[in-house]
Amino acid sequence: MPTFWLVVFLFALAAFGYIAGRARALHSAGGNARDLHSLPAYYGYNVSLTALVPALLVLAIWLLAQPLLVETQVSRMIPTDAIPENSTLGLVMSDVRRVAEGLDIAVEQNALTETEAGSIRTEFTDLRGRLGELGVALGSDVRPEVLKAAQRYRVINSTGHLLMTLVVGALALGGLAFSYLRTNKDFRARNVVERGVLALLVLAASLAILTTIGIVLSMFFETINFFKLHSWTDFFFGGTWAPNFRGDSELSILPLLWGTLYISFIALLVAVPVGLFAAVYLSEYAGSHVRAIAKPLLEILAGIPTIVYGLFALLTVGPALVSIFGRGSEGLLGVEWMAGATSVLTAGLVMGIMLIPFVSSLSDDIINAVPQAMRDGSLGLGATKSETVKQVVLPAALPGIVGAVLLAASRAIGETMIVVMGAGAIAKFSLNPLESMTTITTRIVSQLTGDTDFASPETLVAFALGITLFVLTLGLNILALYIVRKYREQYE
Amino acid sequence: MYDLAKTESAVEQKDTKISARNVQVYYGDSHAIKDVDVDIEDKTVTAFIGPSGCGKSTFLRCLNRMNDTIDICRVKGDILLDGEDIYDPKVDPVQLRAKVGMVFQKPNPFPKSIYDNIAYGPRIHGLAKNKADLDEIVEKSLRRGAIWEEVKDRLDAPGTGLSGGQQQRLCIARAVATEPEVLLMDEPCSALDPIATAQVEELIDELRQNYSVVIVTHSMQQAARVSQKTAFFHLGNLVEYGETGQIFTNPVDPRTESYITGRIG
Repeated sequence: MPTFWLVVFLFALAAFGYIAGRARALHSAGGNARDLHSLPAYYGYNVSLTALVPALLVLAIWLLAQPLLVETQVSRMIPTDAIPENSTLGLVMSDVRRVAEGLDIAVEQNALTETEAGSIRTEFTDLRGRLGELGVALGSDVRPEVLKAAQRYRVINSTGHLLMTLVVGALALGGLAFSYLRTNKDFRARNVVERGVLALLVLAASLAILTTIGIVLSMFFETINFFKLHSWTDFFFGGTWAPNFRGDSELSILPLLWGTLYISFIALLVAVPVGLFAAVYLSEYAGSHVRAIAKPLLEILAGIPTIVYGLFALLTVGPALVSIFGRGSEGLLGVEWMAGATSVLTAGLVMGIMLIPFVSSLSDDIINAVPQAMRDGSLGLGATKSETVKQVVLPAALPGIVGAVLLAASRAIGETMIVVMGAGAIAKFSLNPLESMTTITTRIVSQLTGDTDFASPETLVAFALGITLFVLTLGLNILALYIVRKYREQYE
Repeated sequence: MYDLAKTESAVEQKDTKISARNVQVYYGDSHAIKDVDVDIEDKTVTAFIGPSGCGKSTFLRCLNRMNDTIDICRVKGDILLDGEDIYDPKVDPVQLRAKVGMVFQKPNPFPKSIYDNIAYGPRIHGLAKNKADLDEIVEKSLRRGAIWEEVKDRLDAPGTGLSGGQQQRLCIARAVATEPEVLLMDEPCSALDPIATAQVEELIDELRQNYSVVIVTHSMQQAARVSQKTAFFHLGNLVEYGETGQIFTNPVDPRTESYITGRIG
């Protein structure tokens, strides 16, 4: 039975459990729902949840664990001398899986019987040819030990699957029977369901947290692999980024970090004043009609995909800047400072535009949180609106605004598409904003796209770059949250 | 029951400071203040009493045009300060509010130091020529706010760190620092305990020497204690206005009598 039908069966059982549990509870109270401890539906939920939840959990764990177990079992069957030169156990195992899948398809399409699939030998059959006819292309002829492993793989897998179906089915039926028998009019079904809901919510919250930890750990181990191949002093303190495939790459984060921070700085230089002034206008000056139109319009900026901003940088802002600062005597300023459309200024300007709604929306919320009594107090003393904003509202909102700016900064540092398209690809230290530079995120993209070999430092450096970036933005976020939280306490 | 001695001693003819004629206030479609005529005297404490929602705070906020900050609010009629119409287009509401100070229901010190809280108004209006001058204004205002002794050693501490009663006296001192001619107080004691209330009431009585004080209050005892004139508002109408002693002992209008004896409100 395929897993899909097993899941369908579980849900059908749960639906049946709901009806049965509800009916039994009502019956035990003699049909009078008021004699029940809980509403009749709770008894139904209780029965269907006990039937469904443990079975589904076991199913999920089993589906995750079985491939791992089968893998270790089967990989033991492959002797070390069966692994060809310049190959690894992992590659052989992927051959094994491929052959096993091919056999499955062959059985499904009746090209082979189940017994044939279990007993054929490469010595007598051209398995590669036969599977090729069925649309399963194999890279090389099937070697005997691979075929044997594949057949073993299929056997273990199908036993495991059968066992799983039985265990899960039994668990569901057992759960159903257990809570069905417990159902009577004094059973506190409502409290049990309440605990079930709590458990569900806790599970959802912990999944999100565990995923984060998982991401960090996976990056972390790859980073360790990288540092085994490449010296960490060069990575953190070297001055050159020059990957090559001769094995003597210089992979230092500093030029990339410089580009990242420089572009982010320019982006903030654009986004903070514009965003902040927009927020002050919207929250202090704009009438309700203007606000109702302007605020959503501004927030549309936040909904534009960053790749579109990237196009904007490449096709509009870059050429516009070139026509001002470049082209020699044909340019607006008659200077030759800028050669190509990609530059720190291009990426910074466009990223600044992207961050405007981020800064303005957060600042607007924070400015609105300043109590009206503050403004009244200032206006009541004969201050004008701008004096009130400058001397009372903004100082009161300052910690929150700093938090908003830090959050925007961490967005800027992690931004990828705009810099991929607008900033260029040259890693260097320079103060000239009209030159093209590159950032950490751009280099991660270029190190991991195309043909990659996950054993070379040139590829693995992406993980080290990624985790550094993560630590950087995490630090900024924590600082921002700390400041914002501290600010909140002020008015409570 | 009521402190009649004080009010009787104050019965003498004073100049009219604010004169309101035929004032109407609308919030959108609702008519919040109807045909209010009132003359507020100089160097007198005038109390506005009445049940919640009767329009007394709204009317108070008309006197320094704080209602301008509310979009849907419209004011009609004439309000004259020293004979000049404060709703005249020539009048700058910002300058008017410097002359007609306001103290709010909830203490609202700025999140600044005590010194900067008091110096805020004088700085905005350029009242001090130099630092020494400003120091003097701050000290004088804090003394008039009856809070100097408590805070003189920590003028750099934040104003928000004071107790509720101290904060309210700080706010009164802040309002006094701009040298207003009229001081409006919107239920200044509603967030305070009885001891702080007594301190603020004492302060109001002292402020009467120099200013015309208008106070909105829900406490009739407080109105009787601090004011010389009382106005009773009901459903947006000014029902009765007169000497405090007379309003509390011998009201003319039956509605006033019902309110002060606790039957409506």
